[in-house]
Amino acid sequence: MSEIPKSALSFQESQPARPSGLLAWLHIDLPLLTSLVLLAALGLAVLYSAGDREMMLVQKQMIRLGVGFLAMILLAQIHPDHLRRWSPLLYLIGILMLLAVILFGEAGKGAQRWLDLGLVRFQPSEMFKITLPMTIAWFLADKRLPPTLPRLLVSGLLTLVPVLLIAKQPDLGTALLVASAGAFALFLAGISWYLIGAVGLAMAALGPLAWYLMHDYQRQRVLTFLNPESDPLGTGYHIIQSKIAIGSGGIGGKGWLNGTQSHLEFLPERHTDFIFAVISEEFGLVGVSALLCLYLFIILRGLYIATQAQDTYSRILAGSLSMVFFVYLFVNAGMVSGLLPVVGVPLPLISFGGTSLVTILIGFGILMSIHTHRKLLPT
Amino acid sequence: MPQLSIKDHLYESQLFLGRAIVSGVLVILLLLVLAGRLFYLQIVGHDHFITLSKDNRVKLQPLPPTRGLIYDRHGLTLAQNLPAYSLEITPEKVPDLDATLRALSDIIEISDEDIQRFRRLLKQHRRFDSIPLRIRLQDDEVSRLAVNRHRFPGVDVKATLLRDYPQGLETAHLLGYVGRINQRELEYIDLSNYSGTSYIGKNGVEKSYESLLHGQVGLQQVEVNAKGRVLRVLEDQPPTPGDNLRLFLDMELQKIALDALGDFNGAVAAIEIKTGGVLTLVSKPGFDPNLFVEGISNEAYQALKDSIDNPLFNRAIRGQYPPGSTVKPFIGLAGLEYGVVGYHQETYCPGYYQLPGQEHKYRDWKKWGHGKVDMEKAIVESCDVYYYELSRTLGIDRLHEFLTGFGFGQPTRVDLTGELSGLMPSREWKRSKRNEPWYPGETLIVGIGQGYFLATPLQLAAATATLANQGHHIRPRVVASIEKPDGSVQESPKIIDDLQQLDPVHWNQVIDAMTLVVEGAHGTARAIRSDRYRIAGKTGTAQVFSVKQDEEYDEETVAKRKRDHALFIAFAPADDPQIAIAVVVENGGHGGSVAAPIARRIMDHYLHQDGT
Repeated sequence: MSEIPKSALSFQESQPARPSGLLAWLHIDLPLLTSLVLLAALGLAVLYSAGDREMMLVQKQMIRLGVGFLAMILLAQIHPDHLRRWSPLLYLIGILMLLAVILFGEAGKGAQRWLDLGLVRFQPSEMFKITLPMTIAWFLADKRLPPTLPRLLVSGLLTLVPVLLIAKQPDLGTALLVASAGAFALFLAGISWYLIGAVGLAMAALGPLAWYLMHDYQRQRVLTFLNPESDPLGTGYHIIQSKIAIGSGGIGGKGWLNGTQSHLEFLPERHTDFIFAVISEEFGLVGVSALLCLYLFIILRGLYIATQAQDTYSRILAGSLSMVFFVYLFVNAGMVSGLLPVVGVPLPLISFGGTSLVTILIGFGILMSIHTHRKLLPT
Repeated sequence: MPQLSIKDHLYESQLFLGRAIVSGVLVILLLLVLAGRLFYLQIVGHDHFITLSKDNRVKLQPLPPTRGLIYDRHGLTLAQNLPAYSLEITPEKVPDLDATLRALSDIIEISDEDIQRFRRLLKQHRRFDSIPLRIRLQDDEVSRLAVNRHRFPGVDVKATLLRDYPQGLETAHLLGYVGRINQRELEYIDLSNYSGTSYIGKNGVEKSYESLLHGQVGLQQVEVNAKGRVLRVLEDQPPTPGDNLRLFLDMELQKIALDALGDFNGAVAAIEIKTGGVLTLVSKPGFDPNLFVEGISNEAYQALKDSIDNPLFNRAIRGQYPPGSTVKPFIGLAGLEYGVVGYHQETYCPGYYQLPGQEHKYRDWKKWGHGKVDMEKAIVESCDVYYYELSRTLGIDRLHEFLTGFGFGQPTRVDLTGELSGLMPSREWKRSKRNEPWYPGETLIVGIGQGYFLATPLQLAAATATLANQGHHIRPRVVASIEKPDGSVQESPKIIDDLQQLDPVHWNQVIDAMTLVVEGAHGTARAIRSDRYRIAGKTGTAQVFSVKQDEEYDEETVAKRKRDHALFIAFAPADDPQIAIAVVVENGGHGGSVAAPIARRIMDHYLHQDGT
């Protein structure tokens, strides 16, 4: 810390006051990068086990990780000011794409989520995990905080439109994450606690309405969550087998590649949404606690970056992105361990699957950008 | 303005810092909740979940034991397990099931019934299970399949062990057979021990020795995946095969007895006197027990069941015949023992007998009578009048008491299931069963082995053995020894239930008389006299009281079935008894001419094993 004032005296405004070198030149935050790479590497090791030593699976995931990290580094180069300016535009494009999905999208697993753009299939709902906090941050950062009620209502509307469009696909998991991104953006913007309490009460009251709007399979998931043993071979099977996997792991776990629940195929979705159960089974409470610590470090680093950010837009954005990452983790781990209903949310950076992985790493690219493009102001 | 801006900036910065700290605390708290949940599952619930996890993956597979073999006394195999080849298909390995079935039917014979059963099993099993298409493949079919094997992935010829009775119908009644376990049997068998077994003894030795023949199931702990596919064997506890049984049965005697019965239906029981071992137990006609092993077709079963000859009926232990004159030596002995008659005390036989004050004439078989008759003559010539008189003197109570001692009216408790007890009538029996008093005339009829009196061939043989043994009664038994899988041999128990000590003079007198039945010039069985050894015997004729008038059969057949049953009991050598025999020839006519020669052939073979 003693270095900072010294650098602060420097008149080279364009050059941030931190150790120069390749990482600095690339606008990379070393603690974040290290922990993310460590997480990804662990993820690959678990994936190798969960996918029954299928190297193809690991290679595919490595390619995705490569793309993701590349995207992260690219994003880190973009100055937050540019991001702020593009925010509304990206939001509008996103909404149009969501409408396009509903009109022309490809169906898969009973839901319409994909948009075929010729070369790549693209899931527009994913980008809202980033563009929604960007837009809200952009909207609120204009005026003084905490936001006035009309501005709050507009922000709420900005959140509600994409969330409803995504829930309509239906994709409850993504809708939940996007909604939480909007909610955390507002929370970080400083809306009053009374309002938070009121919204909480309203949500509880709207529960029955949500139940009414749910698809049958979503209702079934909620029912199964409340009592998985009621349907052990049907919808309750996932959660029962997953709890068996976690519980049978014990303190030290069964060892890497030795998880019987996963290797003998009792555990469904073991390399995607339920990979957390594989980790718990093979590495036990010790291993899974270490993993949670690593996640915690990443989240706290993100929040720290947010507090260090120099403008409201960056702060809200960085904070929201960090919290979305946490929601990812908590919803997935909570679902797999039977705390929350089954919602299709992957374990960030570990579950097999491309789109969310790239989204998450883009988010961290933005965090790095925010952190590394700081101007040092005189205190 | 700039100042205000800076102030706002600071305020906002601090507002945000507060919210960020709240967020961080929220994150930590929720992660602690998560950690608590994991603690609950992985530490508190660990034992529970480790059990569930093990239950998931470890399954027990039964390894059925090999059924014990059955030999005759000379080691000839009577029941064995033969590898039978069956054609099995594993659906998941077959690219095109219909095409495969079509192609297979060009190579071997596959009936529509086979296909139907296969389709049914296909639905009940998992895709990686092997499902039988054809069973009991012929050798040439096996070789044709072997040549074409490469054309049929997923099609295998598998060897399984099937029970086989090489002696076929000659041992059918004695050994019984095994068949698929049915619903009723499922209720009493030890399900865990039979978990890998599909066959169970249904009859005869196979049934009565089921627990020994079956053996002990083995268990294999296997690891399975979620689809139930076996991945590896974790633990192996091999099965204990069933015990082998060696019978007293002499297969040669069994064949001779069957052959000697000729075209007649009937039963032969021969007992080794020194051991009580059953040397021969024949019931004719028989059936092929092998038909029952792999499930007999309905038509074949109906044919056996509906046949007027009743081939499924084991006459030797379930056939209850009036013993006729074969009971005369026993009743004579009763007279001597109770002191109501002397051996040489004479009675006059005019050819009929009348109870005092009654008009009814009880006829002797010899219309003009035997003249003066003592016990010896009464046995040798089978005088009925003598026995009317003797049994009247004895009375039904003493007859019942004495004959029950020889095992009449009660099962011999031979080591076979399904034995019937015959009937030794008594006052009590008549009162309880018929609700009538006992009439004196009925005593006379019992005295010549008719009326209510019924006995099974095995009962007669056992009584004869006891007579030959002078009251030393050994319970008849089929199994001589039990060979354990470890090689040890356990003799079957010799259960002795001797009669009360009778006067040896009386035994010898009755045995002498029986010897004269064969040796004497007037003996009813003199035709079977042997120069090599002396036979003691007694002929008998049992009236066939009721014949079902089956209209499908012509007069001649019905007439034949109305003919008397011919009986003969004997033991030999008379001075050192080795073998006791009872022969019942249904509708055979006279004991002396039809039944006795059968006994002679058996005794010849048994006493002169070299065949001379």
